[in-house]
Amino acid sequence: MVENTKIYTSNILFKKQKVNMKEKIAFILIYAVAFLTIVALLSIIGYVLINGVKYLNVEFFIQEPKSMGREGGIFSIIIGSIYLTFVSIGIATPIGVCAAIYLTEYAKENKLVKLIRFGTEILAGIPSIIFGLFGFVFFVILLGFRWSILSGGLTLAMMILPTIIRSTEEAIKMVPTSFREGSLALGATKWQTIIKIVIPSSISGIVTGIILGIGRAIGETAAVILTAGSSLGVPSSILDPTRTMSVHVYLLASEGLSKEKTFATASVLIILVLCINFLSNVVGNQFMKNTKVS
Amino acid sequence: MKKYEKWIEIFLFICATVATLSVFLITFFIFKEGVPILKSYGVFSFIFGTNWSPTNGEYGAFPMIIGSIGVTLGALMIGIPAGITCAVFLAEIAPKSMVKIFRPAIELLAGIPSVVYGLFGLSIVVPFIRIYILPIIQKFHPNAYTSGYSILAGAMILAIMILPTIVSISENAIRSVPSEYKEGSLALGATHVKTITRVVLPAAKSGIIASVVLGMGRAVGETMAVILITGNMPKVPGGILDSVSTLTGTIAMEMGYATPTHQKALFATGIILFVFIMFLNMTATFTMKRMGEK
Repeated sequence: MVENTKIYTSNILFKKQKVNMKEKIAFILIYAVAFLTIVALLSIIGYVLINGVKYLNVEFFIQEPKSMGREGGIFSIIIGSIYLTFVSIGIATPIGVCAAIYLTEYAKENKLVKLIRFGTEILAGIPSIIFGLFGFVFFVILLGFRWSILSGGLTLAMMILPTIIRSTEEAIKMVPTSFREGSLALGATKWQTIIKIVIPSSISGIVTGIILGIGRAIGETAAVILTAGSSLGVPSSILDPTRTMSVHVYLLASEGLSKEKTFATASVLIILVLCINFLSNVVGNQFMKNTKVS
Repeated sequence: MKKYEKWIEIFLFICATVATLSVFLITFFIFKEGVPILKSYGVFSFIFGTNWSPTNGEYGAFPMIIGSIGVTLGALMIGIPAGITCAVFLAEIAPKSMVKIFRPAIELLAGIPSVVYGLFGLSIVVPFIRIYILPIIQKFHPNAYTSGYSILAGAMILAIMILPTIVSISENAIRSVPSEYKEGSLALGATHVKTITRVVLPAAKSGIIASVVLGMGRAVGETMAVILITGNMPKVPGGILDSVSTLTGTIAMEMGYATPTHQKALFATGIILFVFIMFLNMTATFTMKRMGEK
């Protein structure tokens, strides 16, 4: 009897050890895969920065590109990128914020509103090349804007609209109902409440959405190349074609024009994206803090 | 006073419809431009024709369809295991301090412009395949040859690009599994790993599936990275080391110089892409909705 129990317990112990081994191996595997993934991901950023940052200097930013971008800097391209981003954000922000206000403050749950929500979701999933095709046939050809900042800006505005709507909606939803009730009780109208209370309390959430939209606009290539062209000159009006940094990277890389300039431009892009991410995190955290205090 | 509030509401409503109207406009124009050639050339011969040579008036999109499917499946084969492992790591295993580093890193990678991924693929992955992977394959198949621009290269880069999508959505799904499930399993004597594989992952199934479908949509729709590394050969590939064209890549490359008929054929290519992505996105949306109802 005693012996039996002994054998039994030792058996359990043995089994337990075996299980522990298996468990350990599984854990090690999971850790390994996770770390490998992170390393692979970060090495992309690292590789481009290491190969590009050493070519960055003041001349690169203030000179215009020469001989198709093989030499010189990216001055006109920076101007073009900024111009295009401003136009697209300038169009998408008011529309997106107003749409979000409607969806959160006014909309009743009926079929039409459901369709609107569904449409916004679908718009977010459309790939950029389809936006490019549409922008090309609609803005460039049909409306006669040609390859221009206006065509590109309108196309980009459509692309970033869902981002801005979504983050504004989230921000507005976080505003406590008591704020609204207080304002309404004081005799303010619904619109006054929105403008004076709801929007100011959710402003940093809205700004986060705008920053994310800027990030998307700067990184976009496929849609821009079909709607804003790839001209190297400094644009003088909104109807001029232009070339953005992402398009520049693509054209230099695909035609193998200059490794140095390709990586330099790409690292400017990455640094910009890093800044944008950082900024949106800071603003987002600020927003969280504000809503917590209230 | 009341009247002017009413006008504001109408204005906000109009803004809210912009996104949905955009979806309708995009759908309408892509189909309007593409359908005529599908009719005159024949839907069947367009989709299953293996010869794409616009100069001879032959528009068989089959090679591109296979190309897109090939890189996407390859990307999923690498991306799904890596992505789900990372999600499990972040949601179940990693200590909080590590999550604080990992998650922003993965979010950051979602914001890196796709052309930068393409640049990395072009200068690292493509030569790597030519120099290191080809000799290994040649040991078994002496006649094998690849320039490095291949399905494999596209799949590797796309796998990295879809990781943020898969990881963040799967992680959310895993985190929303009720802790009673886990506690029950652990109380029954299951180990941590067993609890994850037998209880947590099955419970989070629909969220994980949705993340994979969305990642798939991203891979199919991706343009700029793929265009730089798959070689752009409109031929039905024989293996994963062959060069291919994708649907997106063909549109972006050829739109700039296409003749009117050729342009229409590219819009028809856009229709195939559009329908495919819509199908994927709606599947994802419905899977997630079902998850929410549960």
